[in-house]
Amino acid sequence: MSAHAETHAAGATKTYVWVWFWLVAITGIEVFLAYEHIRPDIMLTILVGLSTIKVALIMAYFMHLRWEKLSLVLWLIPAMVFCICMILIFFFPDGFRLERQRQEKPLSQNSIPAGNVHVWRV
Amino acid sequence: MSESHTDAAISSAWSGGVSPFAIGSKKLGMWLFIISDALTFTALLVAYSYSRLTNPNWPTPFPIWPAIALSSMMSVILLSSSLTMVMGVAAAARGDRRATVKWILLTMLGGALFIVLHMYEWLHLIDDGLRPFSNPWNGSPLFGATFFGVTGMHMTHVAIGVLYLGVIATGFGRGKFTPEDVEVSGLYWHFVDLVWMFVFPLIYLMSVKY
Repeated sequence: MSAHAETHAAGATKTYVWVWFWLVAITGIEVFLAYEHIRPDIMLTILVGLSTIKVALIMAYFMHLRWEKLSLVLWLIPAMVFCICMILIFFFPDGFRLERQRQEKPLSQNSIPAGNVHVWRV
Repeated sequence: MSESHTDAAISSAWSGGVSPFAIGSKKLGMWLFIISDALTFTALLVAYSYSRLTNPNWPTPFPIWPAIALSSMMSVILLSSSLTMVMGVAAAARGDRRATVKWILLTMLGGALFIVLHMYEWLHLIDDGLRPFSNPWNGSPLFGATFFGVTGMHMTHVAIGVLYLGVIATGFGRGKFTPEDVEVSGLYWHFVDLVWMFVFPLIYLMSVKY
């Protein structure tokens, strides 16, 4: 291997180790946040946000997308993101609405109509 | 159309016989598989998250030990196995066959360790009485279905990945496979890691027992 190639390989290794370090660090932050008493909808948003950063790092560096042709990235990623947004747009406005409603008016076991008890106890 | 236009069309990157994205067919195929599999996991995780938010009695059964400690450890193991895989891909690109096999074997070890810890965690929960359609905590019965469904689907991917890497390491060691084959198997492995980056916070961290 030429001296140039060796320098290049050492530089690449350093980059990979740095990316790994940040991925582990963000995982640590996520575990820490799990023990803070945060509302589930806000918690979900923060955790998904942090995980999206991690996934972007993995795709860019470990999966080498950063060094691929831009046309490949544009062909693969926006279509997937669009599909994911289409899935989210149907579920989450309603999910958050029900979740908030519950925060305002907590549903205790006693307040569930007798006929629906089987829904909760299987 | 004039003749020069026809020539231009034939010699363009899209007329076949060349690689418009400057990557091989195997790599392109793997990327397409990854995108479709990512959407499968998206559907599972979105269905889970919706159930998590909308059910008033979602169980939060995961104590620090064993669930959170083990799943955090599993995350670090999977991230580290991605690092060893990327080193293997780099070694293959350099033509260093021995180093490639060594790094891939380390990656497989990480995958195997992940499965062992995950099985331990599963058996612990099953022992507690968790089933796909019921749980001992009087919570929403959907908990078991989503837990076993999502983590089981992911564990299957890890197991397949370990076997796939075994085939690639053996073949590359014998000179049957090319560095591209190693890189393609690496893409699959990183994808398995990537999915866990969502499974871990959504399934485990959203249900910690304070």
